[in-house]
Amino acid sequence: MLGVLRKLGALAINGVWRLGFITRFFWMVLLYSGQSFTRLHLTIRELYFSGVMSLLIILVSGLFVGLVLGLQGYETLQRYGASDSLGTLVALSLVRELGPVVAGLLFASRAGSAVTAEIGLMKVTEQLKAMDMMAVSPIARVVAPRFWGGVISMPLLAALFSAMGVFGGWLIGVVAIGVDDGAFWAQMQAAVDFRYDVINGVIKSCVFGVAVALIAVFEGYDCVPTAEGVSRAITRTVVSSALAILALDFVMTSFMFRG
Amino acid sequence: MSEPLVRLENVRFAYGERAILRDISLSIPRGKVVAIMGGSGCGKTTLLRLIGGQEKARSGRVLVDGQDVARLGRDDLYAMRRRMGMLFQFGALFTDMSVFDNVAFPLREHTELSPELINDLVLMKLHAVGLRGAAKLMPAELSGGMARRVALARTIALDPMLLMYDEPFTGLDPISLGVIGQLIRRLNDALGASSVIVTHDIQESLQIVDYIYFISEGRVVAEGTPDDIRNTSDPFVHQFVHAEADGPVPFHYPAGDYATALTGGAA
Repeated sequence: MLGVLRKLGALAINGVWRLGFITRFFWMVLLYSGQSFTRLHLTIRELYFSGVMSLLIILVSGLFVGLVLGLQGYETLQRYGASDSLGTLVALSLVRELGPVVAGLLFASRAGSAVTAEIGLMKVTEQLKAMDMMAVSPIARVVAPRFWGGVISMPLLAALFSAMGVFGGWLIGVVAIGVDDGAFWAQMQAAVDFRYDVINGVIKSCVFGVAVALIAVFEGYDCVPTAEGVSRAITRTVVSSALAILALDFVMTSFMFRG
Repeated sequence: MSEPLVRLENVRFAYGERAILRDISLSIPRGKVVAIMGGSGCGKTTLLRLIGGQEKARSGRVLVDGQDVARLGRDDLYAMRRRMGMLFQFGALFTDMSVFDNVAFPLREHTELSPELINDLVLMKLHAVGLRGAAKLMPAELSGGMARRVALARTIALDPMLLMYDEPFTGLDPISLGVIGQLIRRLNDALGASSVIVTHDIQESLQIVDYIYFISEGRVVAEGTPDDIRNTSDPFVHQFVHAEADGPVPFHYPAGDYATALTGGAA
């Protein structure tokens, strides 16, 4: 009994300790972010690796999610004779929820894991230490640009995901099934509010961007410098990012959309 | 000039409960090449990290050019590190940059020099280590010895006053090993710098260094010039120089009774 309690306590202390550590790390990253913007080419390079290189998976996934939404949505809506509202259903689902969340999950596994692996391997091969010994802060030179690259990419990718999804829904609904083209767009336009729906969705994707980018750089920087340590860090990045996205999504949704 | 560049005074250091350095005092005179030797895991690398300010001593002082490294703030520490160069065991080259960009890295980070001037400086540094022709290669395309020479060129990019080498001879063929050894000596004298080599390669070190410290169990157990070391009667140094398996440094890690362990008792 005492052993279980002790383990529980240790787990809690460890969790809180890690949370404190990541918060301090976050503060350090913000403090050393100056270079990421004065020497823009450092950040642009990371934007390319995190953002542009994730484009394909984001666009293709967005298309398929839209196609499925179109099929399932039509199937349900037509039972109530409301198949004209397909556009509304597809757009609201994507802009409010699926766009930020699914794009965030994909981004964590595509770009987040790569960032963790890269920083982790730099640590294993003593590149970070060497940089530090050359009086160049690894947080300013390596971590901060990757963090900002992720933060900037994420909302853009989520927006593209949503746009692609709406296009997919239109393909199925209007082109394949034959829902009225005008009603599809007109109902969507009438129902989707820019401030309430679109901006809230963008806020979500920005928050997810910060969460995923922070977790990815932190796990890489903090990893045990061995092959096994890096592989564990990558796993933790994907798992923690997914959990963080889903939990943050619930919290934000309950504040944003209370009807 | 009489004040040594680096002085350690009664330095103690531990990782958690595990004592690494128990009481170390040594000095590195200006213009000299000093080797710090000892078995694997005796805290040699930790010494370099103390001098570079990456770790802080539990007690005692580490003085570099008259300043206590542990008391420096971050900016002063970074200012100090700009005058130090450290060569890591496997070079620690930036794998996402070419050889040229690796050597140019400290120049680009710390100076406002024009690209033309940086180009000339990098080629000069690479020429000094004999690898001007390899400027366009990526680190993955280099052999171990070449990678270390590139790292050496990067280390001397800002003409440091103190050069630190962490196991520079490990894993090299005899030719590369000789080349690195000669480079360490030549660069030290050409730059007017001082050098510390942490190594367990006794034969190579005896040929190039001015002074040697032996460390065992966190203490300096012997010291002297290469000639002193060759003619020593100290049993530890004798074992080390002649690479004997058993002696003051035991072959066996401390363990319980062998017979008991084999017959099923607790090890």
